[in-house]
Amino acid sequence: MNGIHDIRLPAGPQAAALFDLWTLMLITCTGVFVAIIVVLAVAVWRAPRATAKTLPDADAHPRKETMLKRSVGFAVATSAVLLFVLLFASFIADRAIATLPLDDAVHIDLIGHQFWWEARYDPSDPARSFATANEMHVPVGRPVLMTLRADDVIHSFWVPSLAGKKDLIPGRTSTIAFRADRAGIYRGQCAEFCGYQHAHMALIVVADAPADYERWLVVQRQPAREPSTAQERRGRDLVERASCAMCHTISGTAARGRRAPDLSHVGSRSSLAAGTLENTAASRAHWIADPQSYKPGVDMPPLAAAPADLVAISAYLGALQ
Amino acid sequence: MTAASGAFPSDAGSRTRARERSQPKKGGRQRLRDGAGAGSRAAAELERTWTDKPGVISFLSANGHKTIGLRFIVTALCFFGAAGVMGGLMRHQLATANSHLVGPDFYNQLFTMHGTTMMFLFAVPVMQGFALYLVPLMIGTRNTAFPRMTACAYWLYVIGGLLLFGAFLSNTGPDAGWFAYVPLAGPQYGIGKRVDVWNMLVTYSEATGLMVAVDITTTILKLRAPGMTLRHMPLFLWASLVTSVMIIFAMPMVMLAANLVQFDRMLGTHFFNPAEGGDALLWQHLFWFFGHPEVYFIFIPALGFISAVIPTFARRPMFGHDAIVLSLIATGFLSFGLWVHHMFATNVPELGKSFFTAMSFMIAIPTALQLFCWIATIASGRLVMKTPLLFVLGFFFILLIGGLTGIMLGSVPLDLQVHDTYFVVAHLHYVLIGGAVFPLFAAIFYWFPKVTGRVLSDRLGKWQFWLFFIGVNLTFFPLHILGLAGMPRRIYTYAPETGWGFLSFLSAAGQVINDLSMLLFAFNVARSLFKGERAPADPWGGGTLEWSVSSPPPACNFFALPVVSSREPLWTPPGNVTHVSGLSAEIREGLTTTVIDALPDTRYAYPAPEIWPFVASLAVTAWLVWSIWSVRGFAWGLILPAIAFFAWYWPDKKESIEEISWETEP
Repeated sequence: MNGIHDIRLPAGPQAAALFDLWTLMLITCTGVFVAIIVVLAVAVWRAPRATAKTLPDADAHPRKETMLKRSVGFAVATSAVLLFVLLFASFIADRAIATLPLDDAVHIDLIGHQFWWEARYDPSDPARSFATANEMHVPVGRPVLMTLRADDVIHSFWVPSLAGKKDLIPGRTSTIAFRADRAGIYRGQCAEFCGYQHAHMALIVVADAPADYERWLVVQRQPAREPSTAQERRGRDLVERASCAMCHTISGTAARGRRAPDLSHVGSRSSLAAGTLENTAASRAHWIADPQSYKPGVDMPPLAAAPADLVAISAYLGALQ
Repeated sequence: MTAASGAFPSDAGSRTRARERSQPKKGGRQRLRDGAGAGSRAAAELERTWTDKPGVISFLSANGHKTIGLRFIVTALCFFGAAGVMGGLMRHQLATANSHLVGPDFYNQLFTMHGTTMMFLFAVPVMQGFALYLVPLMIGTRNTAFPRMTACAYWLYVIGGLLLFGAFLSNTGPDAGWFAYVPLAGPQYGIGKRVDVWNMLVTYSEATGLMVAVDITTTILKLRAPGMTLRHMPLFLWASLVTSVMIIFAMPMVMLAANLVQFDRMLGTHFFNPAEGGDALLWQHLFWFFGHPEVYFIFIPALGFISAVIPTFARRPMFGHDAIVLSLIATGFLSFGLWVHHMFATNVPELGKSFFTAMSFMIAIPTALQLFCWIATIASGRLVMKTPLLFVLGFFFILLIGGLTGIMLGSVPLDLQVHDTYFVVAHLHYVLIGGAVFPLFAAIFYWFPKVTGRVLSDRLGKWQFWLFFIGVNLTFFPLHILGLAGMPRRIYTYAPETGWGFLSFLSAAGQVINDLSMLLFAFNVARSLFKGERAPADPWGGGTLEWSVSSPPPACNFFALPVVSSREPLWTPPGNVTHVSGLSAEIREGLTTTVIDALPDTRYAYPAPEIWPFVASLAVTAWLVWSIWSVRGFAWGLILPAIAFFAWYWPDKKESIEEISWETEP
């Protein structure tokens, strides 16, 4: 669940360009604000006081009015010029973001679900393709080109330290490109209201050094690890026989459901249920027994199982590194 | 002596009364006529003609603009309080991480209801209520042009609002957001009747808004006092006119869109279903084409309040009157070209994004121009430091922050970062509270003596102002920073590791101060109604026509309709002709004038109070409620409003004969 999640801590060229634009806007707007408030304060301070009975000043004083006209004209012209500068800066930032070089890009399909993220790597190559959920790894220094789709309602992809957001809209496909320039863990969260558990729909992006990323890829492409202890074996049997297998996939087993996150390597992820819980043996067992108490409204049903069975399932899933 | 007595010969002895059927026909007798020299008998008769009779039927039939306007204002303020409580609940839910004060289901209903109530049941109606109350007084006439339609609008509004709250209290409150994006609000994901209730409510409140807007537009264009040419029209009237014309263009859009969603939900159409060739994004275009101008329906009337308060409290006419009028009109036009800036994250083409960024920046210029004109007026005036002026000064501070963050949000790339985060929540509250609620309080303190005949306590008002000013900044300023720290909107909880706890707590604390300020206001109103200082006709030394009549105004507004020759008729020496005379004192009669030059045009008989607008609103309610629960109700239920409207408009033979006789013998 930890991870950098702040517009002011950019870790890629696009977020950096946006942060520069933000800084320029902040300085300009603060300057304008202070200038106007100071003028207003001085005006109020210096204006003579009156009461409701004071006769209104119905006739204009030509000299005073001319001076006021000049001041107002000057202020409006200054505002227009500043707006033009900001407009220009905005266009430049937009251009910088749109022109990220995409040679050698990592291709990922990101699909939004209520309330989790499905990421498919190398979607066009069945031999190399694999899926993961709610936690993506990307290589440092290489652009990532993501194709965005939604399965049910509108979601929005947003990892503030890497790039601006883009909506995932049912029936439409869009793309977003970004690059992480520093290794680290970057947190993102769905930014378009998507129902009951909009609050619990985080996406972790782990930016690895290229070598680490390649190692991660190799592991992810392998089928799920065989259980090594009796308890883990019992856990796998339970998963295959219980309702888990209806919705989840664990590659190399009878669990081939497509409605819910792919669990082939769930043990390697840092969190459960799209950032709702830390991924520990205890929290896995609790979550499986009663998901609704942690994430009310989620599609996953509770699993009525004996505590020992829950522990076995949790042990098996934890071993799926 | 008068302008109109030439235009309308005073002898009309054979004229018959049109609608006061309770009185026997008095053919041949000299009719009682109004006018400056008409005498006390005519004045008493005029007052009797315009006063509503006591009783429940009469209460439900009332159509005087002061009655309806005040009802709109009071009802809207009640909804403001209710929506404020919801906002407070949300802030307290978010004050700590992983809070269990409310769950996701209730939280989603809360923020949907908060937004819907504030936008549809508070902000637009309260502004229209002020316009209904003030416009006829400011233009020098006795009622609005279509008072029965407006009465019907009020009943639709209050019944629709109560239905929405009834649904909310019975756990059927809408929960898809005040923007109700499909597919979340569509048939597949918006389960139950919650979104249906929202669609119906929107249709209701938009119908209300449209009806009042048509009434105000017509009133301003056709019922101004002789001599009040467009050049002599006060800025408040310009603001009301621009707003009303905007409403006429924008409201039908959202009514249409809400009905299309309802067809999808009810009849199985596929307007927004991508699987069947519909488009989920279409809803957003339709909604925001209305939704962005909506912000300006709230903001522009508030600019009208500011432009009414500043000249009075700076003791000089507004500097740059013409520039402000042009700014208001420009704002009205430009506000229709910005809607896509709510949708920058939806993959808008690059060229389109640049266009809407440029438009969003451009609308800052007319607003800046007005701001500088107001500051120039204050700088060159002599100031009366009373509560209304204080609220105006607070408006400058808060609106300026909201406007500047608005420029940031108008920039596409920056918007892609802060869109749908707490930065936007902060921005929109700065704009709407600074741009509408502060001016609204200025307006309430300014016109309260006119409406009630009592002055609100200035000392309590200043306390309220400072509490509110501090409270609003404490509640909403930290939200900017939360947005930068990545906090998305519309989440019902968050984990402690996110680090959003401290600023959220500050915000909740600010909300408590706001609550105190609102309680102080309620106390001030209650106390002043009974113990407040009695108000003379013109307690602030204002220059526009509403200050020329007693406080509270007589039922007929003016015993003789005024003739004006300047923008601030009470500040400049009167012309040769000061009043219209010769209108009937026995029936509700007024004078229409030409649109541009305000030359006397025709006499106009206002409709008398009738129960039918109320009955029609009940019939429409029955139809809409029935159609929420049954598809058949959608078809068969239409019969009910049809009957009610037929009965309302059914021509009366006697009335028709009398109206023809008026036309032949004016």
